[in-house]
Amino acid sequence: MNANATQPNPGKSGQKDKLINGGKKGRGSRLFQTLLVPALAVLTGFIIGAIVIALSNDAVIAAYRNFFHAPGTALAATWKAIAGAYGALFRGSIGSFADIRNGIRSYSATGDSKPLLLAIYPFTESLATVTPYILAGLAVAVGFKCGLFNIGAEGQFGIGALCSAYVGYSIHGMPWYLHLPLALLAGAAGGALWGAIPGLLKGLTGAHEVVNTIMMNYISFRLSDWLLNGPMKATGYRPLTPVVENSAMLPRFFPDPLRFNWGFILALAVAGLVYWFLFKTTVGFEIRAVGANPDGARYSGMNIVRNFVIAMTLSGALAGLAGATQVLGIDHWVGQGFSAGYGFDSIAIALLGQSHPLGVILAALLWGTLRSGATSMQSLAGVPIEIISIIQGLVIVFVAAPAVIRWIYRIRAIRTETTVLTRGWGK
Amino acid sequence: MTTNLAHHAVKRPNLRKRLTLGILLIVAGLGIILLFGLNNKPGLNTTFGLTPQGDPNVIPIPDLVLPVQTSIYVLAIISFFVGGWQLARGIRSTGLLIGAVAFCFVSSFLVWAARGNSMDLVGMMNTSLVRATPIALAALCGVVSERAAVVNIAIEGIMLVSALASVMIATLTHNLYLGLLAGVLAGMLVAGIHAILVIQFKVDQIISGVAINIVGTGATSFISNRYMQTYLDKINNSGVFPNIPIPLLVKIPILGPVIFENNIIVYIMLVLVAVTFVLLFYTRWGLRTRAVGEHPKAADTLGINVYLVRYVNVILGGLIAGIGGAYFTLGSVGRFDKLMTAGKGFIGLAAMIFGNWNPIGALGSSLIFGFADSLQVKMQILKTPIPSEFLQMAPYLVTIIVLAGVVGGVHPPAADGTPYVKQ
Repeated sequence: MNANATQPNPGKSGQKDKLINGGKKGRGSRLFQTLLVPALAVLTGFIIGAIVIALSNDAVIAAYRNFFHAPGTALAATWKAIAGAYGALFRGSIGSFADIRNGIRSYSATGDSKPLLLAIYPFTESLATVTPYILAGLAVAVGFKCGLFNIGAEGQFGIGALCSAYVGYSIHGMPWYLHLPLALLAGAAGGALWGAIPGLLKGLTGAHEVVNTIMMNYISFRLSDWLLNGPMKATGYRPLTPVVENSAMLPRFFPDPLRFNWGFILALAVAGLVYWFLFKTTVGFEIRAVGANPDGARYSGMNIVRNFVIAMTLSGALAGLAGATQVLGIDHWVGQGFSAGYGFDSIAIALLGQSHPLGVILAALLWGTLRSGATSMQSLAGVPIEIISIIQGLVIVFVAAPAVIRWIYRIRAIRTETTVLTRGWGK
Repeated sequence: MTTNLAHHAVKRPNLRKRLTLGILLIVAGLGIILLFGLNNKPGLNTTFGLTPQGDPNVIPIPDLVLPVQTSIYVLAIISFFVGGWQLARGIRSTGLLIGAVAFCFVSSFLVWAARGNSMDLVGMMNTSLVRATPIALAALCGVVSERAAVVNIAIEGIMLVSALASVMIATLTHNLYLGLLAGVLAGMLVAGIHAILVIQFKVDQIISGVAINIVGTGATSFISNRYMQTYLDKINNSGVFPNIPIPLLVKIPILGPVIFENNIIVYIMLVLVAVTFVLLFYTRWGLRTRAVGEHPKAADTLGINVYLVRYVNVILGGLIAGIGGAYFTLGSVGRFDKLMTAGKGFIGLAAMIFGNWNPIGALGSSLIFGFADSLQVKMQILKTPIPSEFLQMAPYLVTIIVLAGVVGGVHPPAADGTPYVKQ
């Protein structure tokens, strides 16, 4: 979709587009095309989600039994079910505008910030949820750029979280400007190690990174089981680490219970760095070249092994950093099953974001917001939280299969451009 | 790239590989002595039970009693011998050597872990086979589909959907076989969606697989939360397939109680492994499948309908994974719980790659994972000084080491993962 994201030589393809489409107008219509399909994909996902919500609602089913006598009632019940669920999702993830307005009013009138903080709680909580998704999504995206499929983000995330928690709670009395970076670096280093091993094995022996990252995942689960029940366990019954020191916590923007913290800014900065690394440095160019055409890269003298190792190390470091931000910014300790689900979600985000850092940020925003709002949808509207997974999966299908979306909405394809995101078993 | 590597590997005198393997095998022998051979009390015995207790179908045979110290030394010496032979001469069938040393290592570990105790060896082997069943079915699904060059990482999602469908239909109809049929059909349906997406719409195969996994886990968890746990007795309580002892064969010592006294899904798995092997390598269908997987254009030129072969294979894979899904409900607990496949689909993929896209290899590697699974349970009972978590890591570590040091690059079908565009 985005030519810059997929072709190793960004300058040339941009020029070519200008020649074909004639300057600015072409770029605009291409941007429209780029955004149209994901937008329609999201819309379609939500429409199908709405159908599922309606079908699983007892009141709606009951009303439809009586459809021919009272069609209005049935339609009203359908609307009520769908609006109730999506309304709760929206209020849970963004917040309610009325609350925010009242909050501002009372703050300006009385100086009491409490109602306002309460009103922006859902939105800030979404942003806090988004933070690790951005970093974990970037991790998988960097792998894809090098033609590597990193299924191991979950393990790297968990190891990173454990490392940063250890540094966070075991060192006392260090000033925050040393302790916090050290804890973050420890997380990145742990993840990097966990990612580098499969990368190194892939480069040196050709051992498959998909198998090895899966194996590394299971090893990390067992390792964290052991650590949480033994060496790293806090006093008490439950397998949890001690709470990290204040000096290692990512500072929060607002007082408790708002958990929105500097991790979000950090994630955005890291995304920028990854963009710069991939698209503006020689090493990044080599990584993308190896990903686009390993044989070509080899014949032009690039060191395949080195690029595999760099890409997987960076990928692991990003996933480890994601775990670190979750520990140091939000939870402040690590418990069992801490990393569950992040592996898959990060793959999905990287795919949705077309492996481009900017795309990954947007996809992570969507993903984290939905995840964050789903809890209140479950409690307020009684719709099981898993509806979000259904919608998310459908969105991925539709984004990956623009042909399906074009077929549904009768859009003509202007330019067909095949993008290679993954290459099977990493050949 | 893979083909290039393979080409070089054949040409080069395989000295480095030979030395690495030989050293690795000797290290394994040293490991046996260092880990298990020291500090054992003299005269201690380990008893391995070879007859399941209270089973009327089996002819009882005496238990196997081994002196701990001597057995461990003998096993270590065998490993040294094999490793030394490999160093000096270099043997072509490396798989056999690794198998032998792995056997020595695992046996000495068992002897050591159960020292002064008795261990129900037959029971453990049987559990390994049962636990390997869904993994092997998942791996087989992968083999059938990927031999026709369609990567299928949607197995996890397929198995969840068919697990749910089979228990629901089985409970509603009070018939386990109808439930199994429903599970199979559900598996074929989901695999069919994957096939349409990747063959018709040319969606990236991995993306389609990830998406189907997400929708599959989401949808089954949704239905489970909304209905399956609420109306437990109406739709989510089917009972399980009984163990059927095969007459005569069950009387064979050791093998009988391990293999020939299981439920129908285990038998189906074993038969499917054999059938798939024969079909893939000795029939016209198999030849066509492999042709499509290796060089679809050539196959097309010779008049093979590439799309049709791919559709058929992916859907057949779904059939097999559907049986695997039914195992989780009808074959083991008789009810559906969300996420009950617990990553077995992915382990199955690892088993498929480990087994080099060959049904027999896939079964072999599934058995390793099944064995590790059953060992886990036993170790918690035996209370070894090594934390059980580290023992549980062993199979994954071994997989990594073996893939890296010995097997190295496996060889997927040449066209695996690439869509075919007819010209």
